[in-house]
Amino acid sequence: MDTTLDIAAIRADFPILSRTVYDRPLVYFDNAATSQKPRCVVEAIEKVYYNQNANIHRGVHYLSQVATEAHEEARQTVQAFINAAESREIIFTRGTTEAINLIATSFGETFCNEGDEILITGMEHHANIVPWQLLRDRKGIVLKVVPFNERGELDMEAFSKLLSPKTKLVSVAHISNVMGTVNPVAKIIAEAHAHNIPVLVDGAQAVSHMPVDVQALDADFYVFSGHKMYGPNGIGVLYGKEKWLEQLPPYHGGGEMIATVTYEKTTYAELPFKFEAGTPDYVGSVALGEAIRYMQKFGLKAIGDYEHQLLQYATEQLMKIDGMRIFGTAAEKASVISFLVRDIHHFDMGTLLDKLGIAVRTGHHCAMPLMHTLGIEGTIRASFAFYNTKEEIDALVAAVDRVQKMF
Amino acid sequence: MTINEAQDRVIEEFSEFSDWMDKYAYLIDLGNSLDPIDEKAKIPQNLIEGCQSRVWLDAAEQEGKVVFTAESDAVIVKGIISLLIRVMSGHTPDEILEAELYFIDQIGLKEHLSPTRANGLLSMVKQIKLYALAFKAKS
Repeated sequence: MDTTLDIAAIRADFPILSRTVYDRPLVYFDNAATSQKPRCVVEAIEKVYYNQNANIHRGVHYLSQVATEAHEEARQTVQAFINAAESREIIFTRGTTEAINLIATSFGETFCNEGDEILITGMEHHANIVPWQLLRDRKGIVLKVVPFNERGELDMEAFSKLLSPKTKLVSVAHISNVMGTVNPVAKIIAEAHAHNIPVLVDGAQAVSHMPVDVQALDADFYVFSGHKMYGPNGIGVLYGKEKWLEQLPPYHGGGEMIATVTYEKTTYAELPFKFEAGTPDYVGSVALGEAIRYMQKFGLKAIGDYEHQLLQYATEQLMKIDGMRIFGTAAEKASVISFLVRDIHHFDMGTLLDKLGIAVRTGHHCAMPLMHTLGIEGTIRASFAFYNTKEEIDALVAAVDRVQKMF
Repeated sequence: MTINEAQDRVIEEFSEFSDWMDKYAYLIDLGNSLDPIDEKAKIPQNLIEGCQSRVWLDAAEQEGKVVFTAESDAVIVKGIISLLIRVMSGHTPDEILEAELYFIDQIGLKEHLSPTRANGLLSMVKQIKLYALAFKAKS
């Protein structure tokens, strides 16, 4: 394939990619669930524990200062990565899910009252549905859903109509984890802002596939997870515009997030610490910073372009199989293919692909309402990262073809 | 035939397949030929729902023995259920409750024992035992 990236060298950075499963070379196509980790990220974790482990922001001793510095440097790395205006706009969370829950709680409790509306889309995963339903149960808000067309593109006319004086927030996935649709978030944000409505963008599926600039987008909140972007598990990011974060109350209480505590009254720390109760994952943050530097070495544009070629090639090849149905054919699409072959159950296909060494995701992908809209129980999902190859796609296509002949 | 004799028979059958492809082709055959469950039994109470596929399991008592019928929307799961039913159906509640199922592991389908895969074969076994317990309590 035509790319400036040296894929063979990149693959060598990911030891797991050269292992076998059931005596076959592993083909890992479950990247939308979690990505594999390059050696430098794992080594960064090791380095923290071996050389500089100490609790941060607390000690006067040398190690604590080194660890604190590394953690805060990582925050700046994240800030630069998404072009946030200030590093205090970067809140470390456990992941996308926690970040959305934080906003649903802190923003919801502050700005939402009975009858107010939160607008989401018909292609959200459960993490961008359930926190709002919990808010609905607490505050009596109304959840409204923007539909999508047969290609898996948002119905922007419906979106405009659903915006109302009661809308308090729009929360939308940047990229659908099931259909790969890249949503027009800049347009959504501009239109919402015209009505003074803030927008939360769930970037879990976006940040490892395309350059993201939160200031250019003018997003009010932007959330993502470390583990889907070659970083470690258990750390993620909530970006919030300072003007919003200043107005929101803390989410969790405890150490780190306080200024002073007496039994009568507690005053809270400045941003970002107000939202980071307890000992933060200062190992994860450093490793996440390393993952970002790793991606930046190649450039998100080059990564996205190469993955797009993989997507196009895989789509063309898979479509040659009789009875192939691909869910999600948006004009703007990231490297995710959800499919079914005839009426073969996704579990049957997935089980047999696994035996052929191919790791795909099967089921509803934590997006049951979306499956319901499509009128299916689940799909087989192949999602590509920039360490994947054309040869691996050939292996997938051959395997799908072989399996479908068994039914 | 006791439950263990039935298990041993299944293990013997599967030992004839040298590769997994043949095993799964056989499971697909078994799945396709499993008698469908009575439509009236396809009710939520009989449904074991998971992330991957759905399974309906029903039981009736005939002359002190428990007879199972089941269905799934996935064919491989149906194949495994048909083996499960072959082994467990037609025995007394006590026999079913005491049974230790070792055949799934031995025929090389161990991965289907994990709690989430195959919709938890373990939850199917648990459900089978719960039915046995219910019939035992009634008798």
